[in-house]
Amino acid sequence: MKAAAFDYVRASSLDEVCRLLAEAGEEERKIIAGGQTLVPLMAMRMARPDMLIDINDVAELAFIEDRGDSIAVGACTRQRALERSEVISAKLPLVAKAVRNVGHIQTRNRGTLGGSIVHGDPSAELPLAVLALDATLVLRDVGGETEIGLDGFFEAAMVTNIEPGQIVTEIRIPVWQGTRIGTGFHETASRQGDFAIVAAAAQLELKPDGTIARAALSAGGVAPGPVRLKGLEAALVGQRADAAGIDALIELVDADIDPDTDVHATADYRRRVARHLVARAIADAAEEAGR
Amino acid sequence: MTQVEITLRVNGKVRTVSVPPRMTLVDCLRDMLRLTGTHVGCEHGICGACSILLDGEPIRSCLMFAVQAQGHEIATVEGLADDDGALSDLQDSFWECHALQCGYCTPGMLVASHALLEENPDPADEDIREAISGNLCRCTGYQQIVEAVKMTAKRRREGVSHG
Repeated sequence: MKAAAFDYVRASSLDEVCRLLAEAGEEERKIIAGGQTLVPLMAMRMARPDMLIDINDVAELAFIEDRGDSIAVGACTRQRALERSEVISAKLPLVAKAVRNVGHIQTRNRGTLGGSIVHGDPSAELPLAVLALDATLVLRDVGGETEIGLDGFFEAAMVTNIEPGQIVTEIRIPVWQGTRIGTGFHETASRQGDFAIVAAAAQLELKPDGTIARAALSAGGVAPGPVRLKGLEAALVGQRADAAGIDALIELVDADIDPDTDVHATADYRRRVARHLVARAIADAAEEAGR
Repeated sequence: MTQVEITLRVNGKVRTVSVPPRMTLVDCLRDMLRLTGTHVGCEHGICGACSILLDGEPIRSCLMFAVQAQGHEIATVEGLADDDGALSDLQDSFWECHALQCGYCTPGMLVASHALLEENPDPADEDIREAISGNLCRCTGYQQIVEAVKMTAKRRREGVSHG
């Protein structure tokens, strides 16, 4: 359970990171941020990079910035910093709720938002929250900067759509403007902080008459990557967000998920739990929005 | 294999060692610096036995390579006791409450609980459980550990000396 040998470079700027990635040639060069996913993969020899490029000293990658209609978060921002941020809890309560379920204090002190997203663990919480909120990623390579959406980004379990020469520098998360907005996040795991078996995130906006104006829903642990529940989202608009209203539509969850059986749970169990957790997340969001 | 010379500040002392990049921080602490108080269990971030403080915050030292710790302030379980070896009040409470049996998880539990009490001097049971949720104990059933942390917090608030 020891990592294979590798070369180590502690980068001091983003330009240096991009240059090192571009000059990789036949070598596999990987970026290390918090290391909370990568180091276990290396210990189990599921990853054997030739070089690790450490970005922990790249100051320009760690920030939380309020831009009014969105919050920009540097890729190397610690999960613990998100948890402690007043901007995040005020403007992005769904992210605040999700991050409390990520690992344990010891791992959140090192783990980063960018790392959680690019690794694309199907049961990870932060990808769920940013997917529901239509976040975009800023990617950089030696050629410059591009901004991409998350549609199609989570390709398969632990596989995301990023080129070997690219680094995620920033995550831009839109802030919903309005007064009657609520959020909900639920998951089931063996212990608090363990990998989720199934997780669900919901953000709703209510009209003055109490019907749903806008719904954003996502689920994890029920497909090779986190998924948006587009069918249910569309059906909820215009409906009342009470128990009967949610119950009548909840079977629409099934259309957007494709769970597998593994050692933790059967596909059928995941399907049933997903319906319950999504319903609870919607109910919490509706209650919060109605206050 | 390439070696990298690094300078670490551990429990207030500056130490210089030569390590291969693939050496984890916990292996460096134990095998190079002979600070064997920090235990190494699962080596992939599940058990929490290797918890240490990095710049005052608890982390898992098996999920960090020693080369990454250059320039950071490290505290291990050895740093919790006084210089003369006298146990801290938290360590005393662990003893008094029988919060350990085999002792394997104890350094990690102490570090996690110490960090909690630094941040929150009056934790509810739920806060204590959350703080040690990343640390596996296979002997005590956790109850006595929670009791020990509670006892320490109470005594600190009441100004009761320990020992």
